[in-house]
Formats: sequence, C-alpha cells, structure tokens
Amino acid sequence: MTPTPFGLSYLPETPSQTAGPYVHIGLIPSQAGFEIFRNNFSGDIAGADVEGQRIVIEGRIFDGAGHVTKDVLVETWQANAAGRYNHPADQQNKSLDQRFRGWARTGTDFNTGLYTIRTIKPGSVAGRKGRKAMAPHVNFWLASRGINIGLATRMYFGDEEAANSQDPVLNIIEQSERRQSLIATRSERDGAVVYTFDIHFQGDRETVFFDV
Amino acid sequence: MTPEAEFHQRDRDLHPPAYTPVYKTSVLRSPRIPLWSLQNSLSEVTGPAFSPDELGPLDNDLVLNYAKQGEPIGEQTIVHGYVLDGNGQPVSNTLVEVWQANAGGRYRHRNDTYIAPIDPNFGGCGRMLTDERGYYFFRTIKPGAYPFRNRVNSWRPAHIHFSVFGTGFAQRLITQMYFEGDPLIPHDSIIATIPDKSAADRLTAKLDLNASRPLECLAYRFDIVLRGRRQTLFENKLQGG
Repeated sequence: MTPTPFGLSYLPETPSQTAGPYVHIGLIPSQAGFEIFRNNFSGDIAGADVEGQRIVIEGRIFDGAGHVTKDVLVETWQANAAGRYNHPADQQNKSLDQRFRGWARTGTDFNTGLYTIRTIKPGSVAGRKGRKAMAPHVNFWLASRGINIGLATRMYFGDEEAANSQDPVLNIIEQSERRQSLIATRSERDGAVVYTFDIHFQGDRETVFFDV
Repeated sequence: MTPEAEFHQRDRDLHPPAYTPVYKTSVLRSPRIPLWSLQNSLSEVTGPAFSPDELGPLDNDLVLNYAKQGEPIGEQTIVHGYVLDGNGQPVSNTLVEVWQANAGGRYRHRNDTYIAPIDPNFGGCGRMLTDERGYYFFRTIKPGAYPFRNRVNSWRPAHIHFSVFGTGFAQRLITQMYFEGDPLIPHDSIIATIPDKSAADRLTAKLDLNASRPLECLAYRFDIVLRGRRQTLFENKLQGG
C-alpha cells in the first residue's frame, strides 16, 4: 500500500494491462471461433420487450496510420429510452425498464473491421448538480492489443442538434471542431435507423477520449 | 446523484501510459491529444450489473468447462482472491472474467498460429461473480509461456487475463496476472509498460500453499483493487432508501 501523509491509507488501484490480441476468447468466445458458455453477452441488446426506438450503431476504428483495426473490443453503456440508467445510483424520477440493462459488448469484425450494436435510442440524462441535462449519448469503452488502458469516449446523435448544443460535456471541449468527433451520423437502411460512429485513435480526426 | 457516488480520481501514475514504444503495437493505437478530464456524471458512476442465473455452474472451472473426451493436459491450479475498492471495501457481486493460453502456451483462437497444439479439452476462458466479501475463485490449468511478435525474440511470461466491472463503468478494468517466480517477468515488454515498479509487482500472484489441495493442485492468490468511491455513504444511502 502506498503510504500517504497523516496516516491516510487508500489501496492503490490494480494497474491496467492490454487486453491483447486474444481478448475474444474470454469476452466474445464465439468470435474467437468456439462456443463454451450457455449464455453469451452480445452487441444486440434491444430485446423484443424493451421500450424505445430501435437503432443500429456501427462504425470502424482507425489506427494512427489510417488502417482499420480488426481486433478491438467495444463495450457500450447507456440509459434507457426515458433517460435513466439501470443502476441504484440513478435516482432520477423516470421510469425504469428492467428488461433493459443498457450494456452491450461486441468486437470489430476480423475481415471488415466493422462493429455493430443493436440497441434503443437513449433519452437525455440529468447532468451534474447545477448543470444542464446531458443530450442523449452512449458511453463507449475500447480495449485491445496495443491499448494499455481502456479508452473511454461518448457517442452523441447527429439528429439531436439542439440538445447537443446545450450538452455540458460537449461544451467543455475547448476546440469546438473536435466535438464533431463524438457525433454519429444518422441514416436509414432497409427500414432501420443507423448511426455511423467511426473512432480514430490518432491523426487529424482523433476522437476525443475522456479521463473519467 | 449525490457527490458520494463519485469515484476518486484515477491515479494514472499507477497505470501504463497509452504510448509505450517498448510495446510496439501501442504506438499507432495511443491517442496523441491529452484525455479530456471529465467530472463524474450519472454516466460514469453507473454501470452494468450481472446476476448468478446468467452464468453456468461450470463457468468458473476451466478444467471442466470445455472437457470433451477427458481433462485438459497440464498443472491444475487454483487462482483466488478478493476484489476490493480503494477504500478497502469488498466489491461484491461483480463480474470477473478470465482467459488464457493452454499448458503449451497456445490460445484457442483463430488468429493464434503458435506451434504448440490446441488442447481438445481446454477452452481457456471462465467467469464468475464475487461473493458478498468480494471473494472470487476459479480452477484452471497453469498456462504456458509463448512468443509474440514484438521484438525478434519476445516471450510472454505465463499469465491470465482478467476483466473486472465494479459498480460503475468508470471502474472498468482489464489487466493480466502473472505467477510468482516466473523468470520471464523481468524480460516482458507488456509488464514493462508500467513505469511504477511496485505497481507492476502487484500483478504477480503469490504462491498460496494454504489454499492448495494436497496431492492435487497448487494455488495462487491475486487480489484486485478498483477505484474507490468518495465514501461508503453511498452504500448506506442506498440501503436506507
């Protein structure tokens, strides 16, 4: 334990290590090429009874040389359609949908590099005390070979311009053009609403990542 | 959300930085612009919870959970420990997932081409929930060392990958556990990404003879610490409604 002045003692956090190239074995075994668990976690979390508008979130993740990465673990965490998280720390006076956990997990495809999340569009969530409400958003967490500590970012919705312009998190990003890296583009394909959210580790379009 | 629900600031000096040329793959996968510091909102203090009925009875037994015609080859080994937070409080009912190579150092993964053979009876992954004391336990086969393409002759020490959730998404952590006494530890490029020597040392599980099973298997102890919340007031408030 790291000694601190005045006898304060907190346990130091366990250091992170890369998830490595074979992260799929543990977290997405079907992508690694085998079936082992009776129940698997997935990127399709919009079950039949879940309330809300069905959406698809998809995109690719680019490295610093502009190459598409094909081995990245993608996890998302979001509020339900009413804008409430399924967690006891969220005491907002909004309805809870017990059929919706709000967490998804997938990997970028080994061939195409595309990741796909099938979910519902979240509602807006209360901001910190004294701040405006946060625009609808999905929290992303990325881990892979070459990532030493998981990368946190957020995806906002391109068709929520008014809410985005008031969002207390987007607005702390000093360079307004960098906010665009967090905003997904809406389109429709075969009757489905698709939000395209590409992520760039580096370069002119480097995504804003957060120290949360 | 009350301020008590917030997490302590992450001490980034205990972790590897994103850009570590000793581990070549990190060079093109590390953000170049500093992370934006974000005070916790509901999006960070909340996170997914999992229930026991989502897991199968053999999910934490890597010796049996993929056994087809017999048991896997190698040293049966127990790994156990506690998941605690920075305040020393147990993190109960949290999901711990593990994955690893087999006894020969080969991963059951379509992208692994190492010469060591796949073991038909070993999958190499498991998962479990901590109990109310934050305790977890699993049985496995001790993994072998294997080479990886970093330098010309880079080898990984035997290790087990761990994924842990905690109670809020800002606690999310993936790490690796090593085995006490492994001579490859001082040569490893992945451990070398951690600048703080004492932090790196905490990733080495200790031989735990008291937890071993005589004439059956050895045991290793590996405790995991996640970020603490501002205080346990959080828990009390929840229980009190």
